[in-house]
This record gives sequence, C-alpha cells and structure tokens, in this order.
Amino acid sequence: MAYSKKVVEKFENTLNNPEAFKVGRFDPKETNVGTGMVGAPACGDVMKLQIKCEPKGNTHIIKDVKFKTYGCGSAIASASELVDMLIGKTLEEAKAIKNVEIVEALELPPIKIHCSVLAEDSIRQAIEDYESKQ
Amino acid sequence: MSTQSTIYLDYASTTPVDPRVASKMMEFLTPEGEFGNPASRSHRFGWKADEAVEQARSHVANLVNCDPREIVWTSGATEADNLAIKGVARFYKSKGNHIITSKIEHKAVLDPCRQLEREGFEVTYLDPDDGGVISPEAVKSAMKDSTILVSIMHINNELGTLNNLTEIGEIVREKGAFFHVDAAQSTGKTEIDLTKMPVDLMSFSAHKTYGPKGIGALYVRRKPRVRLEALIHGGGHERGMRSGTLATHQIVGMGEAFRIAKIEMEKDLAKVNAFHKRFLEKVEEIDHIYINGDLNNKVPNILNVSFNFVEGESLIMGLKDIAVSSGSACTSASLEPSYVLRALGRKDELAHSSIRFSFGRFTSDEDVDNTLKILGNVVHRLRELSPLWEMHLDGIDLDTVEWNTH
Repeated sequence: MAYSKKVVEKFENTLNNPEAFKVGRFDPKETNVGTGMVGAPACGDVMKLQIKCEPKGNTHIIKDVKFKTYGCGSAIASASELVDMLIGKTLEEAKAIKNVEIVEALELPPIKIHCSVLAEDSIRQAIEDYESKQ
Repeated sequence: MSTQSTIYLDYASTTPVDPRVASKMMEFLTPEGEFGNPASRSHRFGWKADEAVEQARSHVANLVNCDPREIVWTSGATEADNLAIKGVARFYKSKGNHIITSKIEHKAVLDPCRQLEREGFEVTYLDPDDGGVISPEAVKSAMKDSTILVSIMHINNELGTLNNLTEIGEIVREKGAFFHVDAAQSTGKTEIDLTKMPVDLMSFSAHKTYGPKGIGALYVRRKPRVRLEALIHGGGHERGMRSGTLATHQIVGMGEAFRIAKIEMEKDLAKVNAFHKRFLEKVEEIDHIYINGDLNNKVPNILNVSFNFVEGESLIMGLKDIAVSSGSACTSASLEPSYVLRALGRKDELAHSSIRFSFGRFTSDEDVDNTLKILGNVVHRLRELSPLWEMHLDGIDLDTVEWNTH
C-alpha cells in the first residue's frame, strides 16, 4: 500500500530525530505527569503518551509531552502528529481533539483510521491519569 | 527510475526476467518473429510456434525429470493449483470426499479447498511443527478411506522450509489417494526428480525462476494416470485439460527460464548459500531476534526473521531503500498477521514483527552488506521508539501486562 507523503515524512522525521519529535519518557510517578498507554502487542500497535502539566488559572496547561509507539508507520506518524497538537493547550482543549484532525493532517487511508483512534484514546487516558493525581 | 537505487531482496515474491529469457521471448511476438498460433495446423506460422511450445515443454520437463506429455500449460501456479485440486476432487468425487492439506499452504491452495468445502467436500488442514514443516506422521494419521487428495507444498513461500515429499507421497500412495504438490518456490532452488518422487500432480510458476509472469504449468502424471475435470473449456487445448490459445512467447519464456535454471542451479545455489550464511551471521548479532522456520530444513534463498519489540511494517518503512516482505498485519488487507507464522505457534507480536528476506541470481555482496548495515541501525532506532522495548529494559514481562485494547 502506498502511503501519503505526509505519513512518510512524519514517520521518517520522527525516526531520524527522536528528541526533537518528543520521543522519550517522564517519570510516571511525578504528580505533574499523566500517562496513557493504549493498544496491545498482539494487535500490532501500542501507544504510550505522557503529558507534563502545570496549573494556570482554574485549569491546567500542557507544558511538555513525551511519547513512544510500537506499530506501523501510520501509527507512529499519528502519535507524532498528536504530540505536535498538544503543547500549550489546556486540558479542556486537549480533550476536544478528535481523531479526524489527525486523519486529515496525515491524509490517512480508511484502513489506517484506527491509528488515529488509538492516538485520541491515548491523550484521553493521559489526561484521566493526570487528573486523578490532582 | 526511482526503483534503481532500491535493493531488491524479495525474490520469493517475484524475480526479474533474466535478460536471456526476455530476448528469447521477443522472437515470438512481432511480424518478423514466430507469432503464429501453435494450434494452426495448416501453415508454417503455426508449425513454428508449435515447435517452440513443444521445445519449451521439454525444457520444463527436463528440469523436473518427467515426460513432456505430463506438462500442461496454465496461466501460473495459482491456476495450476486450482486445476489440480478442483480438477481431481470433482473428477473423483464418487470415490470419496475427503481432502488433506496444511495450514501453511499458499492461498492458491487454501482458497480452492475452501471452495470445495462449500461444494460438500471435507477438508483437513494440518498444523506444521514449530519449525514450519509438515510431518509425514501427521499426514498418515489424517488419512481416511474417503481421502482422495492430499495437497502439501514443497517449499513454504514465507519460511523457505522444505517438506519431505517422498515420505508423504508414499503414505498417500499406499492409501490410494492422489498427491498434489505446490512447487511454485522450488524450481531452480532444489532438485526435483519426478521419476523418483511419488507425486501425482505438481504446480510450477515461471516468474519465481526468472521467467515471465502470467505463465505456469501443472505436471499431471501419466503412469499411474491422473484424470482431471477441466476448469476452462473451449477448443480442447492441452488435451482438454486447459483450453485457450497457447501464449507462445510466455511459454517460450518459461521454457528458456527453466532451461537456464537447470544449467545454472549449482551456481545460483552456491551464491545464495553464501548470502544466507553472511546474513544469518550478522543478523544474529542483533538482540532478541528469532529465525522463523527450521534452519536445518530449508532452502537458503529465503530467510524469515522476527525482530521482537518492533512492528514489521514500520521496519519495512524504515528500510525504505530495501524491498522486502513482512508478515505484519498492516501489509495485508485483512489486518491479520501472517497465518503461516501463527500456525507455527509464534505469538502474534512476533508474527507482526517478521520480515522475509529473499535472495536471488542478481543479488550482489554489496546488496547484502548494505542491507545488514541499514537493518541494524533501523531496528535500533525503532526500538528506541518502542514502548515495548522500554518495558522490556525495565524488566517487565510483557506477557503479564493487561493491555488496554480498543
């Protein structure tokens, strides 16, 4: 299957320059860190997303993000695309992110939509984890 | 052309046509060439084309040591498999309705078997051992009085593993059933001697052996005689087993490819043996890899490796200048990982992580060395990106994790 140019670019940039693309991890025990991990190895993809937040006014804003992904090229590109959208957003804004935004940004074909759904699930879970610690 | 800089290590999928084969094929197309219909009996155009077809038939027969009259041209190995399986089952249905095959067969065998199930036949799908080989004992214990056909592949296309056709064939023969073998991957890779092998039907493909796509053949034994119900009717070509005007240039191409395969098999094998040895040595330096398929019972032109904690399709994408195949779900339309690797009892994640490297006549030492260099680097980078690798380094047993599937 041929990939969109955008998926290939995102995948290759992330692979070749992991630090700049926020590949890595935070200590999940820190109270200002929320961790989400979704998917399963048997299904062929696992996404782990971590957000580091700080309070601002009566909400919290995402200051930094780290992620890792096991999966096909589209899964890795989807996670990386999501990460780009998160920094500087309030938790409410982050919660409102929909998978279709990733689908559109990367021009994912229908068979790869589940990659973007996984990305959406990962940010929801990370926020839940963060909020449970506050 | 953009493909020129890409290293081709997917010979088990298809091979380029050998330039010697292509130039031979060109002689049978244009007005200056022998373009006639081999079935035309009334003029020299037909006679010349017929002569070329019969010579090609002899070349094919010569490679596998059978009588040329036992070779039936088809459009490829898929059609040969269909003709053998459906043809025998439908012709001999009054004798029994049971068929035996294996779970690691090519779809060109499995799908006709599924079709026969819909027509009322009963099919047993044998499991391979964990090395990807079908044991003759498994065949023996599956045989019934109603068994009319056993279809087992010679060389598995994903793993390169070899089945023991002699032992299986003897079991099948003793029970009075017919034995079909899909040998699409075999020609030019391993010796085939149909005077010694107890095989009744064998499928061949041209394009896995430096011939053109769109042509194959089915070996149909004459003594003891095997009869088939044809799939395609119209004109009675190929003694009624496969009607349709013979594609002279394709047939000549297959003949020439098989003639060269016979002469150069030893040279080709020495070459791929060296590649296999070098590749294996280097790939085993990477941690947590698994070789799929029994190394002591396989051909050297195919090497299937699982790279744990890395998903196969992303690995293929990372290896962008190298053409290989993966057992990953993502490379198939079904989103299921390789059914062959699952049949071996490999965990799904290892099936998702598998890559098939296959070497051939036009592979160079440089191709292999460059691939190995790039491979080590990309596996390392993808593991740095993999949460599973991170968990593994943290000492977490991934089998004990409760995954949050969606």
